[in-house]
Amino acid sequence: MNPLGKKYLRKEALPTIFCPGCGHGTVLNSTLRMLDKVGLENFLFVSGIGCSSWLPVFIKADVLHTLHGRAVAVATGLKLVQPDKKVMVFNGDGDNMAIGGNHFIHAARRNIDITVVMLNNYIYGMTGGQASPGTPLNSKTKTSPYGSHEKPFDAVKLAIGAGATFVARETSASPIKITRTLEKAVNHRGFSFVEIMSQCPTQAGRNIYGKSAPSDIFRILRDSAVSKKDTELLQGQFRTGIFHLDEETPVYSQKIEVAAS
Amino acid sequence: MVDIDKNQCKGCELCIINCKFEALVRGTERNSKGYIVPAYIADKCTSCKMCEFICPDLAITVIKENEL
Repeated sequence: MNPLGKKYLRKEALPTIFCPGCGHGTVLNSTLRMLDKVGLENFLFVSGIGCSSWLPVFIKADVLHTLHGRAVAVATGLKLVQPDKKVMVFNGDGDNMAIGGNHFIHAARRNIDITVVMLNNYIYGMTGGQASPGTPLNSKTKTSPYGSHEKPFDAVKLAIGAGATFVARETSASPIKITRTLEKAVNHRGFSFVEIMSQCPTQAGRNIYGKSAPSDIFRILRDSAVSKKDTELLQGQFRTGIFHLDEETPVYSQKIEVAAS
Repeated sequence: MVDIDKNQCKGCELCIINCKFEALVRGTERNSKGYIVPAYIADKCTSCKMCEFICPDLAITVIKENEL
């Protein structure tokens, strides 16, 4: 095992529950590299329900594995009680945009100083491949056998519209960029939102991509990420990078302190 | 030098497609869970660590020659 894994992962919880070739494992790897740079002492992790929410459970730190969709709500309370700690939330596309969408937009609106990392794999992977708010238009899933008729959420635009002060998107095909972006997001004072497009070889691979080898899906994901800002997007492509950064808006706990004094 | 922890590996082959120098190739050996572990060709490796960054199970450690 990698020395980082020996240092930061719970030995008794290993091996991870992720399927072979799952992008969430790469995100865990990149997160550990970020934690190694920043330091693990001040971190509290919160997660909801789903494949993605298993990610912080393996880290040797204080972790709250909460109800489905309520991760951001719990993190809001945690940050208000312990304002000197860094609170980090890991959740998935169904967790963050469907059942927990309400908590997400209101935490962004209040500018609470937490970091939300949303792992978007286009599908509800753990429950068997149902269509989620991240499922692309016209793609077949278990609950949409004739193609999904619903337009997916653009989580980045949703976060900017709701008032998040740091908004970025990366893919699990570029681990070094994830480490850098997460470091910036964690050090940012205010609501930071990072969407990570991740590959799901088991459910999304079979239903959405039509291929089940992790390497094929990895290539599709790598080729569909566009980091240059002035190029035109083709069918199925998305932009990556930091989209919005606002360091002047005061955070919620700061306003409360002023009001109390 | 690339050190692969055979019992942690799940045989997803992400390291193989990420290796630009073809130092990691599809192996023949199976580990205790039945996954095929990649084989390593030492002559082609440049210690760029891309396999270590991408590994979802943190099974790969790259040790540079001057650190040995």
